[in-house]
Amino acid sequence: MMYNKRYIIPGILVFALACSFPFLLNATSEPYTRPALKLPPGERACIEPTSLMRTDHMRILNEWRDAAVRDGKRVYVASDGKVWEASLQNTCMRCHANREQFCGACHNAVSARPDCWSCHIAPETPGAVRISGGGKLP
Amino acid sequence: MRRRDFLKAAGLAAVSLPLALPAAAFAETAAEGTFARPATVLSAGRWAMVIDTRKMASPAMQRKVITACHAWHNVPSFTGPQEVKWLWGAAYAAAFPEQALDPPPEALASRSFLLLCNHCENPPCVRVCPTGATFKRDDGIVVMDYHRCIGCRSCMAGCPYGARSFNFTDPRPGVPSPNLEYPMRASGVVEKCTFCAERLQRGALPLCVEASEGGILFGDLLDAASPVRKALEAGLALRRKPGLGTGPGVYYIL
Repeated sequence: MMYNKRYIIPGILVFALACSFPFLLNATSEPYTRPALKLPPGERACIEPTSLMRTDHMRILNEWRDAAVRDGKRVYVASDGKVWEASLQNTCMRCHANREQFCGACHNAVSARPDCWSCHIAPETPGAVRISGGGKLP
Repeated sequence: MRRRDFLKAAGLAAVSLPLALPAAAFAETAAEGTFARPATVLSAGRWAMVIDTRKMASPAMQRKVITACHAWHNVPSFTGPQEVKWLWGAAYAAAFPEQALDPPPEALASRSFLLLCNHCENPPCVRVCPTGATFKRDDGIVVMDYHRCIGCRSCMAGCPYGARSFNFTDPRPGVPSPNLEYPMRASGVVEKCTFCAERLQRGALPLCVEASEGGILFGDLLDAASPVRKALEAGLALRRKPGLGTGPGVYYIL
């Protein structure tokens, strides 16, 4: 014996429909495919193994930021012993020389909108120049 | 399962979940590589600047050092009321309101003085910053972590020298050819002079010092042999608004 059957059962149905709405809506659309990245020509490897860069580049960038800005440690010694300057614009973007084709390819596909580029300057920015004379690191 | 047992199990789960979560958060792996200070770094106990205002008075000279700074650091320039500045010129009475003589000597009344962030010993901007975006380094340089600035402008109210500027709009239209070596700022962020902390890392002196042809000296205030200490030994120098107790790190030779 169940009380208030005429309210509870339609309620459960509406709830289930609402919860599964995103899945039902996208059931007919084509499945997600990993975007093809335009890798820098002539470069064999990034600062750390590709699998790690794919999953953890955002964490590594945050650690670079804190080390460089907070502690003044702008040199990154990678796990393979190679030495890099901890800098988005001066290290990452020298190889990955196009933000839209590299960063944007995945970020757009998964609707990730990191705000790096509200301050940092993408290499393809119109009118951008590289003013020399600052010295090089490391 | 009885109703009573179910509620007991649910209660236990609710209690144990917050205990398990921090353990999972700390399980995140640490950095793969290590960080180090570059070998080229210039270091000091207390960085300071001495501006010889006699040599830096001409408009052409001031324009030269200001352009060197603003072009490198992507400081925007706008027409109209909006102004963003790291280094600028001001009149005698505005630069030294507590010390200005009345009537001012003719040579000083007509002279323009280069002003910038004083990198204070006791920086009020650091005390009032609610997020820790502005902080003082061990070598005395007051820098900003723009990532953490929320644009509350407390630091601008706290700074008695007007050394901080707020980006009321996106600065990009004000920088037609940005320098790829250095980032810009976003709308809603405060900015100011950094004593070229990023260049000291590379073993280079600040841009204004390099462009000044000897009119601006830079060095360690704690080192008696440094150029700034020698210049301060040689003659009388002023600091801006000394009565406030901020302990500015920029000295002016009149």
